Amino acid sequence: MNAIRKPQVRRVRIKELLMKIIFLSAALFSTAAVLIICLFLFARGIPAINEIGWLNFLTGTRWKPSDVPPSFGILPMIVGSVYATGLAIAMGGPVGILAAIFISKFSPPKIRRFINAAVGLMAGIPSVVYGYFGMVVIVPAIGNAFGVSGASLLAAGIMLAIMILPTIIQLSVSAIDAVPATYYEGALAVGATHEQSVFRVVVPAARSGVLSAIILGVGRAIGETMAVTMVIGNQAVMPDSLIHGARTMTTNIITEMGYAVDLHYDALIATGVVLFVFILIINFSFSILKNRGIKYDGS
Amino acid sequence: MTAADQHALRRERALRKRLEWRILLKHPASLLMRLAAYTAAFLTVGVLLYLLVHNIVRGIPHLNGNLFAWKYSSENLSLVPALINTLIMTALALLLAVPIGVGAAIYLVEYSQQTSKIIRVIRLTTETLAGIPSIVYGLFGSLFFVRFLGWGMSLIAGTCTMAIVILPLVIRSTEEALLAVPDAWREASYALGAGKLRTVFTVVLPAAIPGILAGIILATGRIVGESAAVMYTAGSVAEIPSGRNFFRDPVRTLAVHMYILSSEGLHPGSSYATGLVLMVMVLILNTLSRYFAKRLRTKAGQKDANE
Repeated sequence: MNAIRKPQVRRVRIKELLMKIIFLSAALFSTAAVLIICLFLFARGIPAINEIGWLNFLTGTRWKPSDVPPSFGILPMIVGSVYATGLAIAMGGPVGILAAIFISKFSPPKIRRFINAAVGLMAGIPSVVYGYFGMVVIVPAIGNAFGVSGASLLAAGIMLAIMILPTIIQLSVSAIDAVPATYYEGALAVGATHEQSVFRVVVPAARSGVLSAIILGVGRAIGETMAVTMVIGNQAVMPDSLIHGARTMTTNIITEMGYAVDLHYDALIATGVVLFVFILIINFSFSILKNRGIKYDGS
Repeated sequence: MTAADQHALRRERALRKRLEWRILLKHPASLLMRLAAYTAAFLTVGVLLYLLVHNIVRGIPHLNGNLFAWKYSSENLSLVPALINTLIMTALALLLAVPIGVGAAIYLVEYSQQTSKIIRVIRLTTETLAGIPSIVYGLFGSLFFVRFLGWGMSLIAGTCTMAIVILPLVIRSTEEALLAVPDAWREASYALGAGKLRTVFTVVLPAAIPGILAGIILATGRIVGESAAVMYTAGSVAEIPSGRNFFRDPVRTLAVHMYILSSEGLHPGSSYATGLVLMVMVLILNTLSRYFAKRLRTKAGQKDANE
């Protein structure tokens, strides 16, 4: 054993240990970041909600920060976020899943490569560029069609549907690709057509993956800020119609952050806390689904 | 393959196609399913092409000298200061996030037992970090860097916020890159008497470079395209920071510049042109990133084949 205790060996050991500690602290950095983010948001947001009153804040329908006395009810924004996200999923979900089915099961390799590249491009376009596109194309189109200003929940829904397409498509494609070929072949063997095999056997077998794609899409949609701000009209009122303006939690924060002070500022942080809780729930269900997955027999 | 073979192959393909259509006509439901899938794919590509063409056609005529003047004014609406600010912020944020991210990935892949509790916590929090929307990062940055640390809206506050935003991206892509390096390489290195540290730095990391680079470029794209997280942390002053207060000067990045221009609604032409520049930058970065990621994959694949 004496040979091992040579000074050089000890030096190497110390160096190894030191670097291990450095790597570990780097790894712990993201944990620390999450903790600090939670700490700062909650430490500032919760007292604000206490001051406003939980019921007034979460179920109040009036958001009038500059009234005397001010009202800080964010129900219109919660409803706005839910509507906009719901619209996005209702439009983007089916299109995304069907496009994923096309990519995975109906496209020859060349077209598959082309569409994959296109979807990759879509994922990379910045929110502001999408937002401007919505502002100059979608909003006027809705305005002309219904004789309104056009900046509306519907515009936000369409905008978000486009923006979550790449997320849904990419994840669904990998879920569908992961289903073993034997499922498909078995269906063909009992006389199903290619389409029946794909839609009735392969896609149902991939449902947990497809569902997690949708959930991730929900997360993207509910957290999107800039593009929505540019098309939704930003009226802090309860949404009464799809073609009228509304406001989401994210746009509430971004529109008023610039000039908010005191309780108003804290109320915006509190809006962020509510949004954050939504996101945590969504991410949590996503990781449960992902980890559960489906174990395919015989693969 | 002879010409006759090719001819036979073509005939068989044509036959199969005709058969396929006959089956589809017998099963209208199947035809409908196929049509739905085709329509969805067409719609997706159509939307993207429309957006690209629309932006390019409207943007190119306004890409003029004014837009690239050295100093911003309300007449020329130059994007140069915003562009330079974006580059500075990107470089600084990468400088902060890359060493931490790569170090974290090395620990996660090379040092830890995959089942240990601390790893599960680190993975969970990294995933959480990746799922937090930009606006929440913006709020946090405004609370922590701008107010709590008293940095004000500044280059450094925006940079630190963005460093946290891209951290999970860097960690994940480095992890993937490290995992793609075959274990046989590590074992060979140990067999030659190298320690863990030497193995990591001389064998594993060099092989993983393309993947790490792909992650860094992707992170760059994220910083360039980000607006919600920097608007109220970095500010919106369209000037290049200089002199003593370099880090404490408020700055406007390109994406924020684009947002301000377009929400004013007074200069549609310049908005299109700025958006075009922004979009082209991000798309080039993403394509580069995919190129490096592919190189990592093919390299790792070759290694597997050589084993």
